[in-house]
Amino acid sequence: MIDRRDFLKGCVACSVTAASISVAGKNAFAAGSFEGYPDAMGVLVDLTRCVGCRSCEAACNNEQKLPEPDLPFDDQSVFMEQRRTTPKAYTVVNKYEVADKNTLFRKMQCNHCNEPACLTSCFVNAYTKTKEGAVIYNSKVCVGCRNCMIACPFNIPAYSYSSPTNPLVKKCIFCYDTRLKNGRPPACVEICPQQVMTFGHRSDLIEMGHERIKSNPAKYVNKLYGEKEVGGTSWMYLSSVDFDKIGLDNHMQNEPIISNVKDFLGMVPMVLSIWPALFTGIHLLATKNKGEHGDHDHKEGDQQ
Amino acid sequence: MHAVKRQMIMAITGALFLVSSTCFGAGIPDKVTIDSIQKYYSAVDFNHAAHINTLKDCGLCHHHTTGAQVNDPNCVRCHKNSGAQAVVSCKGCHAAEPFTPEALKRQRDQVPPIYHMDKVGLKGAYHLGCLGCHKKMGGPTGCQDCHKRNVSGDAIFHSNTYTPKSTNEPKQSHH
Repeated sequence: MIDRRDFLKGCVACSVTAASISVAGKNAFAAGSFEGYPDAMGVLVDLTRCVGCRSCEAACNNEQKLPEPDLPFDDQSVFMEQRRTTPKAYTVVNKYEVADKNTLFRKMQCNHCNEPACLTSCFVNAYTKTKEGAVIYNSKVCVGCRNCMIACPFNIPAYSYSSPTNPLVKKCIFCYDTRLKNGRPPACVEICPQQVMTFGHRSDLIEMGHERIKSNPAKYVNKLYGEKEVGGTSWMYLSSVDFDKIGLDNHMQNEPIISNVKDFLGMVPMVLSIWPALFTGIHLLATKNKGEHGDHDHKEGDQQ
Repeated sequence: MHAVKRQMIMAITGALFLVSSTCFGAGIPDKVTIDSIQKYYSAVDFNHAAHINTLKDCGLCHHHTTGAQVNDPNCVRCHKNSGAQAVVSCKGCHAAEPFTPEALKRQRDQVPPIYHMDKVGLKGAYHLGCLGCHKKMGGPTGCQDCHKRNVSGDAIFHSNTYTPKSTNEPKQSHH
């Protein structure tokens, strides 16, 4: 027969064992983080060079065979408002009034993270990070759940709400199909008159970016945006003003978004395997000699 | 026999190249037609003489290659006494296609590996040079002030004859 004290002792022992296993498991799952493919390509965007001509938007529309725009691409009235990427425009340029009557333009598109949150959040595995650095997606398997739109720290994936039959998530793919996989730069980079964007190996671009800051410290803020943000992105930015002023979050975490949930998700299989055994054990301990107790309980019930 | 012939041809070609490049360096053109990139815009008829008269300093556009005084602290480190170069034109150094796999490899492998690592392409060199200065000096800064857009340019920009017909429709907002 088991008394109350033995039962509690057993429970405490089981809990301690489970806790120590889960701590060990946590360390194992938290270790290691993907630093990006060694030969991945990237783009260094020097925002001090952009003049807001919108050629990149035109080239993107042409290359990706996107629908006709609402306004011509040489129409400057679009700068009256802050735009975001849409299913019809995978890249948009916005204008920012910064100090000293100075204006800065910023081109916005997918930054092609080393460890993309969109990829992590997609439960049908539509997203792929290619060895060239592009984050592409298979629209055939997309079910339109829009988890990636919520997960993306840069608010990039757009959704074709206007399509009644087949709404899909759409975003920049680094011109992967038509250009990047053949070693060519994306269309926006190629058309840019000011060479705002420099295409190259990501590792070279990091060096180049820091060299530009070093050789002209008065011109640039001392930060290469995207080198470390959310685990590093393929597209990186140089600016003459604080990145907060041009719509880029300056306090983005350096760990990939997946790190926020890795520990928890790592524990799930363990919980599934250990808990059934643990609670079965507890149940067996608690119900040992159930027959005698059962009689006892029954008698008590009768008396009431 | 063939080897000798080939060597002779190469020697003659080399001599011709040297002579022609030196002669070109000696003559300063009054007008330059910038026509190496004409995909979406027509060629630029560049009035070289007028720019020389206004600026008087070749180094503002040509760096040290014309033998002008070197002021940039980065360039001075190596090019203080470089003198005039055989090649002075923009397209002589700035690649028209700077991002091809071959160009990227060239950039990686060059000796010395640091100082010219970040050389802009030809289109970038033209625009950063011209437009940068025009902004400071009050010169024309509109795209079509220097080069008229051609028909394929209109097509890609959805402008002029290619203006969207649905321009007056209310804009859709996306979230």
